[in-house]
Amino acid sequence: MSGSLLRRVRVAEVERVANRIKRFRFVDVDNAPLSEFSGGSHISVVMHAGDRLLRNPYSLMGAPSDTSSYQISVLNVEDSRGGSKFMHEKVSVGTELEIGQPLNLFPPAKLAKKHVLIAGGIGITPFMSMMNELDGLHSDFELHYGVRSLEDGAYCKYLQSRYGSRVNIYRQDQGQLIPLERILGDQRLGTHVYVCGPKPMIEWSLQTAKLLGWPDENVHSEQFSAPPPGKQFLVKLARSGREVIVRGHQSILEALEENGVDAPFLCRGGACGQCETQVVACDGFIEHNDHFLTEPERVSGKKIMICMSRIQTGSITLDL
Amino acid sequence: MGLTFRNETFRDDFTYTNSPSNIRRFPFPFVEDQYRYSVNIEPHTPGPKGSPFEHHFDVDEHYVSEMRDRAMVLAADPLRCQALPHMMTAQWDMLELLMTSLARDYPEHFTLHRDGTAWHWINRPLGIDQKFTFLDASTLPYPPMEFIGRQVQGDFSIQDQRDNQLWMDAGIITSQADWSLDFDVGMNFFEWHGPVPLAHEAGVFERALKFLLNLQIGKPVRRLNWTMTINPRLDTSPENYHKWASDRMTVTPENVGQKVHLRVEMQGLFRLPRSNAILFSIRGYLMSLEQIVTVPKWGRRLPRVLASLPPELVEYKSLGRYRDMALAYLAPYDDGAPTSPGGGPD
Repeated sequence: MSGSLLRRVRVAEVERVANRIKRFRFVDVDNAPLSEFSGGSHISVVMHAGDRLLRNPYSLMGAPSDTSSYQISVLNVEDSRGGSKFMHEKVSVGTELEIGQPLNLFPPAKLAKKHVLIAGGIGITPFMSMMNELDGLHSDFELHYGVRSLEDGAYCKYLQSRYGSRVNIYRQDQGQLIPLERILGDQRLGTHVYVCGPKPMIEWSLQTAKLLGWPDENVHSEQFSAPPPGKQFLVKLARSGREVIVRGHQSILEALEENGVDAPFLCRGGACGQCETQVVACDGFIEHNDHFLTEPERVSGKKIMICMSRIQTGSITLDL
Repeated sequence: MGLTFRNETFRDDFTYTNSPSNIRRFPFPFVEDQYRYSVNIEPHTPGPKGSPFEHHFDVDEHYVSEMRDRAMVLAADPLRCQALPHMMTAQWDMLELLMTSLARDYPEHFTLHRDGTAWHWINRPLGIDQKFTFLDASTLPYPPMEFIGRQVQGDFSIQDQRDNQLWMDAGIITSQADWSLDFDVGMNFFEWHGPVPLAHEAGVFERALKFLLNLQIGKPVRRLNWTMTINPRLDTSPENYHKWASDRMTVTPENVGQKVHLRVEMQGLFRLPRSNAILFSIRGYLMSLEQIVTVPKWGRRLPRVLASLPPELVEYKSLGRYRDMALAYLAPYDDGAPTSPGGGPD
């Protein structure tokens, strides 16, 4: 039961919404209704970029109750993998793509008394659907959104006009920083905080929340990072006896798929735990890039999340 | 499909029985002769035509009478249906899933017209014709979960997902095998499974929870569970323990074939899209030993399975008082011949 159900969609609209950020709107190729989703959900988009097969996760931004189309926003990052470059350069109105079903690893806590949303840059995207949902439920929320400049930050005007004083925007080009300590230091009991943005910002937020005494259960974060590149190495499959080479810019999962090996996966971002795989033997150092395994599990060297993690060099034998 | 709904009772005079044509579609849960504990979760994909797996929600000849029994239970004890306040979105999710499934799978019995949020639901077997506004609970005679729960066979609970846990925060439970929604509501996955023997030690619930937390929209799963019940009684709840527990004392070698019923639950798990909650359907099937043995394969296999049960399970399922009588009754139907794999009849 690996992977998710795929459905074909057509790009109905592409709009440049900020520097290096485009918004894409997808409709079903047969105009059939899409599934409803819950605030904070994402989909994976399948991309045949040259000879490579990529499946990148993107947060859904539209209204969760809108089943006529899905919307995502993509930042064109100068990464070496080419997913966002593919979306920006090869995808236009009329392009057909395959997407997975919505999956939610970043839902608002239904019992929260209040929701504090902290976004940095493109990290605004999961909060678009989340705020739509919270607003519909008349839930108490506030957004703190850090952008480089108004030209770099997507949807600033829209958010301010729709949600008014609940939206706070901080412009780096004017020396404004999100006043995290003040925000997190003065919230009533039962408040939940959600962070999405660049890795350093997430770490800063989690650390600040911890220092201020926030319970772990009330602090949520989501980060979609591409599997970090490295050197080429060899994967041996204990059950089938096959051997697969993982190239420098591939994940183990992608290399397995390229070779027709059916391995379990879901989020492809190291968060959901679906692709957890037993390590039978390893003569290299494992770089754990996931957000799922606990520290003791990492130290044991017996498990690896194949969507994100790799070894520095050498070979690894997996129970597949 | 020519369903004729039986007029029968699940209490007092117990007129419930399976028509001859209904016997072979019973979801016999034992796939081999030896009892073996397993999570046995499989994709809830459409099964063979006419089987209880054909559709996500199975409607059979007992439908109308089961719904009458549910109404009686709810009238006597409204706490069998409860939903915590944050579950309203999930209630609508459940209503939508059930209405769209039934209207699609049984168009001769159920019809759903949708025009935006203006919905029109027609349930012919129960004589219900309801226009309402989707997501506006004031336009229905009951809250959404109860409204549709009174019209679908089987019990339902809805699990909220938060903190990497599932929480039983809503349900309509009137035909349960000795567990209480009123007691379990608000509990998490490990808490409500607390009484189950052996499985905790085997790590079964950790694995099952991890699997369910990643359950996907559009990819429901199912499993079969079973126990035994004396008389075809749907409501074997802790709340009414005083009314049914003593039934076990009434089993004799003469009546064991009629009184002892195999009770099978087809359990379905569905990710609900708007709420990110999980719907758990518990669709119960009852069949007396004397009807089971009319299928030769089941007559051979059931005594073999019952004889191989670990003592903890005999205790947990409260079979101790009549298991030997059941085995003695079933013994003549086991001629020692081998049985084919899987639960279905040959």
